[in-house]
Amino acid sequence: MTTYVFGDTAVLTGRTLRHVTRSVDTIITTAITPIAMMLMFVYVFGGAIDIGSDGYVSYLLPGILLITIASGTAYTALRLFTDLASGIFERFQSMPIARSGVLWAHVLTSLVANLASLVLVVGVALLMGFRSGAGALAWLAVAGIVLLFTLALTWIAVIAGLSAKTAEGGGAFAYPLIFLPFVSSAFVPTETMPGPIRWFAENQPVTSIVDTIRGLFAQQPVGDDIWTALAWCAGILVVAYLFAMAAYRKKIA
Amino acid sequence: MTTPAGAAIRVRGLEKSYGKLDVLRGVDFDVARGSVFALLGSNGAGKTTTVRILATLLKADAGTAGVNGFDVATQAADVRASISLTGQFAAVDEILSGRENLVLVARLRHLTNPGAIADELLERFSLSDAATRRVSTYSGGMRRRLDIAMSLIGNSPVVFLDEPTAGLDPEARIEVWQTVKQLAGSGTTVLLTTQYLDEAEQLADRIAILHQGRIIANGTLAELKRLLPPAKVEYVEKQPTLEEVFLAVIGDTKGAGER
Repeated sequence: MTTYVFGDTAVLTGRTLRHVTRSVDTIITTAITPIAMMLMFVYVFGGAIDIGSDGYVSYLLPGILLITIASGTAYTALRLFTDLASGIFERFQSMPIARSGVLWAHVLTSLVANLASLVLVVGVALLMGFRSGAGALAWLAVAGIVLLFTLALTWIAVIAGLSAKTAEGGGAFAYPLIFLPFVSSAFVPTETMPGPIRWFAENQPVTSIVDTIRGLFAQQPVGDDIWTALAWCAGILVVAYLFAMAAYRKKIA
Repeated sequence: MTTPAGAAIRVRGLEKSYGKLDVLRGVDFDVARGSVFALLGSNGAGKTTTVRILATLLKADAGTAGVNGFDVATQAADVRASISLTGQFAAVDEILSGRENLVLVARLRHLTNPGAIADELLERFSLSDAATRRVSTYSGGMRRRLDIAMSLIGNSPVVFLDEPTAGLDPEARIEVWQTVKQLAGSGTTVLLTTQYLDEAEQLADRIAILHQGRIIANGTLAELKRLLPPAKVEYVEKQPTLEEVFLAVIGDTKGAGER
């Protein structure tokens, strides 16, 4: 049966990708909130925020990218939940196929759909004046971190999709993740925050990831931030994957 | 396949409970190869739980079950290669078209020429006109027909139909019945669950009545009838049933009485 793992996963991924291409609105909805935030922070609040360097768009783009991913993975949970609720998940599980392919199809689709939304957001940022002199290697590093972060959040979405009781509940996990960047270095420097909040902001995963991406875009040394960021992403990924697999085994008996 | 002659499905002492609720309390039955077996019972009797265990979607707490000679607990992959499941709710992909749904299943079963298989089934289930439409635009009857068509791909020797006509209008119900009869005619073993007595009577070679987690009667229709008080001879004017009236009024030519 193992010989079909890749073939079956490819067929199932083709199916879930069609769900995305036939509801392009999900990609636009995913991108529109971060874009609106970007517009608001740059043109409304931006004048009052002193980040002590040039171009607030470039300053806040890393955090906006993370918000985009968080809201995008809510749709991953929703698509998985819909499969479970409609019975098609059970149909696949009762067929002689590589059973885990159903989950991997959703994970791969999540990566593609989020990538599309991210491209849209970066496009708007470019129009708003975002510029980076980063070389190919730095861009590759940014892409790698963004991919790892998407993968980590996608597996959290899988847990939510598998264990949700309602469609609304499936996407609810994303709200705290969308707000996490606000209590980080994403929009304002953490030095301006009061004691305990500053401590939280400086020690939560988003700050290290944001600082790393910002450093890479600005062609500045990223120091230890990149390792802290990678450790956070890998750690979240492993824990989420284990919990998702446990939820999956509970589901398929 | 390595199958002993005789039973295609063998169930012994099957038990399953959810918390304090005992759904199955020792279920035993056999289904002969190539026969249609109806599991008859009201809502909550344990019909779906039984089917889910046989389809390897659920583990039993106790007892054994074999399908096509394979044990559902220890040889699940072999069981899945022998079966096809049509669940209680049409398990179709709403966003894909009818044809895409069929091609998808054919590809997952690693068959050559999935397109031709899909077209043949669309034709057979009178869905050719709707082939390229999204399933979300289908009526309940069309959806159920597509669902059953998807289950027939790959010619599994054992087919489970869990309440295949629940929520269907009379015409669609008769269509499903005809499909089941065709299946039985081609030598497929069919395990069907239903809460409609006439459905079991129409389709099944053997009927088992599942009540509160136990099989309380099991036999052919004639045998089950013998359990009841002997028939009395009465003269009653035979009125058409509402179903016959309905079908006559809408002008359906392949009415219930035909087959």
